[in-house]
Amino acid sequence: MKTDLPIYLDNNATTPVDPEVFEAMAPYLQDKFGNAASRSHAYGWIAEEAVDYAREQVAKLIGARTQEIIWTSGATESDNMAIKGVARMYGMTDAEKVMIDALAKGYVDGTIPNAADILPGRFGRLDFESIAEKGAFEVFKSRGDHIITLPTEHKAILDSCKRIEKDGFRVTYVPVKANGLVDLEELEKAITEKTIIVSIMMGNNEIGVVQPVKEIGELCRKHKVLFHTDAVQAIGKIPVNVDEMNIDLMSLSGHKMYGPKGVGALYVRRRNPRVRVEALIDGGGHERGMRSGTLNVAGIVGMGKAAEVAHKKLEAEKARTTELRDKMWTRLQEELDELYLNGDEKERLPGNLNISFAYVEGEALMMAIKDCAVSSGSACTSASLEPSYVLRALGVGEDLAHTSIRFGIGRFTTEEEVDNAVELVIAKVKKLREISPLYEMAKEGVDLSTIEWAAH
Amino acid sequence: MAYDEKLIDHYENPRNVGTLDKADETVGTGLVGAPACGDVMRLQIKVNDEGVIEDAKFKTFGCGSAIASSSLVTEWVKGRTIDYAKSIKNEEIVEELSLPPVKVHCSVLAEDAIKAAVTDWETKQTKQTEAPAVENQEAAQE
Repeated sequence: MKTDLPIYLDNNATTPVDPEVFEAMAPYLQDKFGNAASRSHAYGWIAEEAVDYAREQVAKLIGARTQEIIWTSGATESDNMAIKGVARMYGMTDAEKVMIDALAKGYVDGTIPNAADILPGRFGRLDFESIAEKGAFEVFKSRGDHIITLPTEHKAILDSCKRIEKDGFRVTYVPVKANGLVDLEELEKAITEKTIIVSIMMGNNEIGVVQPVKEIGELCRKHKVLFHTDAVQAIGKIPVNVDEMNIDLMSLSGHKMYGPKGVGALYVRRRNPRVRVEALIDGGGHERGMRSGTLNVAGIVGMGKAAEVAHKKLEAEKARTTELRDKMWTRLQEELDELYLNGDEKERLPGNLNISFAYVEGEALMMAIKDCAVSSGSACTSASLEPSYVLRALGVGEDLAHTSIRFGIGRFTTEEEVDNAVELVIAKVKKLREISPLYEMAKEGVDLSTIEWAAH
Repeated sequence: MAYDEKLIDHYENPRNVGTLDKADETVGTGLVGAPACGDVMRLQIKVNDEGVIEDAKFKTFGCGSAIASSSLVTEWVKGRTIDYAKSIKNEEIVEELSLPPVKVHCSVLAEDAIKAAVTDWETKQTKQTEAPAVENQEAAQE
């Protein structure tokens, strides 16, 4: 079927399902429709076997053991689970310690004889005598309440952090450098004895920067702090090994790696250390009790196959998409002045470019290049009217943030498509700059920062 | 996000793009908005002795709706009087281009731009009639 759809250059938003993946999934939507939790008949066994095989395929891609893969509905759920599940399992807020302290003292001096009934059950049975003697802060000093992350993380992490801050946890957002990379010294300084977990994304969804995950992993291990990484954008594009990188938890998504939407996974380390996560969703005790709910068998089969295909094609695709990306960036710079690459030039995902086209507003440019599907950090593309928080965290001025466009080259992007897109962008940027008063003023030598603009 | 055909037409074929000499006494210039907000419009009018707008030009940094709104306004005011230009309301722009609610601010900005251009032209006229040329020169020296 021939369609008039635009050239797809938004592979950081989502990717098409690979034909091999689609083929693998189909039987599980038809004849092999069983519930993987049905232990009493062949329909269930077939589904369970498929799910476990997919677990192996994903585990192999990231150097994990099969039991360490927990299926979820997608990376947003995985991120929520990692932050909230770990905080609730390992953490204890100061308010909780104060409460336990008061209950213990009340129990010992007889003013709260039913202290054990008042204590929320999740704290288990406590030795009130010893707590009253030493104090809850001393007894539970190993239970922290602190989380470290970056301001450039995905909203699934940032909003999960905000949620648990309301429960009394503390969050430090370590600033990033102008190139979007974390400053390891700043990160180490932020770690305290109350830190439970560090969550830092492997590859950024907007600006494509790849964080020094191995070094971060080492740092976390040294300080005995758990390390979670949202690797959604990086998986299948760059090599990932959970052991070599000292990763304790890792979020994955099906649809960012040429699998289907609605399926994801959380890698949860089983050994050295054994990581435990409190469930967010309770029900039938699926996935070792960490995530209840009937498994999305067809989706899981698709994600497994997607992992296998990604593994097979990783090196070749990495080289090909990097080359296309570099070609695009070189050609744009040949024809256009005042372009600013957002995010580090070298430490970035193979297919990603995020460019500010100064003096040309992002949405206007997207409208002009409507034959290309891309996305922008401009406020005009969202209801919030605020430009990208990721770009702002890098110190990119609001004026330049409004002019940013993200290009995402993927497995199915051809060289011809990239060539056509580049020429279209060049022509349209030139056209829009001709009607931009700012470009005219800048070319006349007017320093735009000296003008008193009326904010509106 | 699907836009109205009229909006797309003004965006793809903007009318009256350009620059008039802002030092010309018969030209009024309105520059509104801010780069940090993602919209800057510059609208210029050239007015003859009868108070008729002979020419109008614009340049806009902003989204498609902002570009279309300013293009539309230049089209409307060309050949019309200053009084007409002053009477333009942003709601008329919203209606003509079927702007969605999140883009209403673009029409407000276009109204501000034409008003600012008229004000600039009026200021120039007052100066011309009130202040003799000699005083103007002195003022310039100070």
